[in-house]
Amino acid sequence: MIELKQLSKVYNPGSANPVVALQDISLTIADGEIFGIIGLSGAGKSTLVRCINLLEKPTSGSVLLDGRDLTKLTPKELLLARRSIGMIFQDFNLLEQRTVLRNVLYPLEIAHTPRQDAVKRARELLQLVGLSEKENAYPSQLSGGQKQRVAIARALATKPRYLLCDEATSALDPNTTQSILDLLQQINRTLQVTIVVITHEMKVIDRICTKVAVIDQSRIAETGRVSDVFVNPQSQIARELILQKERQPGEIRQGRRIRIVFDGTTSYRPVISELVLACQAPVNIMLADTRDVGGVAYGHMVVELPADVRQQEKITAWLKTSGITYNEEA
Amino acid sequence: MFSDMFQKLWANGVIQLGIWQTVYMTVLSTAVAYVIGLPLGVLLCVTDKGGIHPIGWLNKLVGVIVNIFRSIPFIILMVAMLPVAKLVVGTSLGNSAMIVMLIIAAAPYVARMVESSLKEVKPGVIEAAQAMGTPEFSIIRKVLIPEAKPSLITGSVISMVTILGYSAMAGTIGGTGLGQIAITYGYQRQKTDIIWVCVVLTIVIVQLIQEFGMRIVQKTDKRVSH
Repeated sequence: MIELKQLSKVYNPGSANPVVALQDISLTIADGEIFGIIGLSGAGKSTLVRCINLLEKPTSGSVLLDGRDLTKLTPKELLLARRSIGMIFQDFNLLEQRTVLRNVLYPLEIAHTPRQDAVKRARELLQLVGLSEKENAYPSQLSGGQKQRVAIARALATKPRYLLCDEATSALDPNTTQSILDLLQQINRTLQVTIVVITHEMKVIDRICTKVAVIDQSRIAETGRVSDVFVNPQSQIARELILQKERQPGEIRQGRRIRIVFDGTTSYRPVISELVLACQAPVNIMLADTRDVGGVAYGHMVVELPADVRQQEKITAWLKTSGITYNEEA
Repeated sequence: MFSDMFQKLWANGVIQLGIWQTVYMTVLSTAVAYVIGLPLGVLLCVTDKGGIHPIGWLNKLVGVIVNIFRSIPFIILMVAMLPVAKLVVGTSLGNSAMIVMLIIAAAPYVARMVESSLKEVKPGVIEAAQAMGTPEFSIIRKVLIPEAKPSLITGSVISMVTILGYSAMAGTIGGTGLGQIAITYGYQRQKTDIIWVCVVLTIVIVQLIQEFGMRIVQKTDKRVSH
């Protein structure tokens, strides 16, 4: 279990212009989870993930790994602790002058694993990530997706219980992203590795995460199960990220708009058709989006109601009695 | 087409010896300059702010010393350092003394070359090594130096060519080699052909160093697919 308690990070504290990167961050990441941390660039998410393995030293607060406070460790103990936390990066950060196999061997060399065991372990991992034939290739000869697979194999070499992914798929194309996400999910399930995923892409959270924390302006704006946060984002930032601002309906408006939320129970009902038939009133669909979250359909739809206030009331009353969640679109 | 002087020198093997002395001084000085300059370069890189072990005052101190030596023109440094040479090798004349001078001049240069090569290593790669729990010394040994190897070799070729140039200047104050031949026989006795022969020979040596060095770089650098 990873627990962050009242974590804050300030760059250049005490100087004329201190930069607050993180403020009062408290999070609990339970074993076995794939925990997503999403935010816009500059929100502080990269700093946050680096505070977990203390690549960035928090200004205050504590980082508990299975109850042990990493901020209180001696430098030597910290080096050992880091070997139980794997990490992968957006630009892979492989050793360019080493072959694929020797890249995976690197953390084992650092851990003084006997050579034969190390090579055996490295080959197993390359098999796991599907790159056995590439063990003698150099990183420059690999595609982005292959490089990330090598990085994953390398991160897992010392059998860590945690894996931190810092924008691990941001440099990859959609197909490759999907295959890397599948691999991460497989690792989570088969090796029981707890994964922390940092991303600015909603689809990454959507596809693999069980829990999500939304970070905005150095603070946690919202946290919870992915399905809950997706269906009913509470914070402004979560709404923007999930409902994708650029796809919000345009500004040209006449009537009142409402957002109908499908919470997994009603999404297969032809709600709009029923509504139109029952109320005998036309509605204009401005935006619709449904997605599969953990096997259940979630979604939302923005409709514009007719200008007639009585018809509007009729529609909202029908939604209420039909048990369909909706909110006013500001 | 060549003067009698040249033919005499060639027949007596003076020019051939000069080639050998130049190569010998250059290679030996470069090697020792690296023994001193490489650790200094590592120190400059590692202790810099943003380095893996920032120590501000040490970085400044070494940086200033390196800069002082680098800013003195070699011909002046040479004369100023004659007592040091005498202290180290017991004489301020001849090749041994010149080699001491060349090392004093080249080591700070090498330190800067090494520093800049090491700083080319992507910070992300170092961060990944830190994330894997690599102790600082192992980062130097297993990440910084191996990853910077092609650039370090390129740097050593450039350093060697610079040192070759210095070695010719050493000919003016008692060194040997092609520089000394060009000055004593070519310049002082006004035999232009000897000057030109020395120039051409130096060019050939530089080309050989460059060509050979770049081949090694190409062989070692794994960043280009082949």
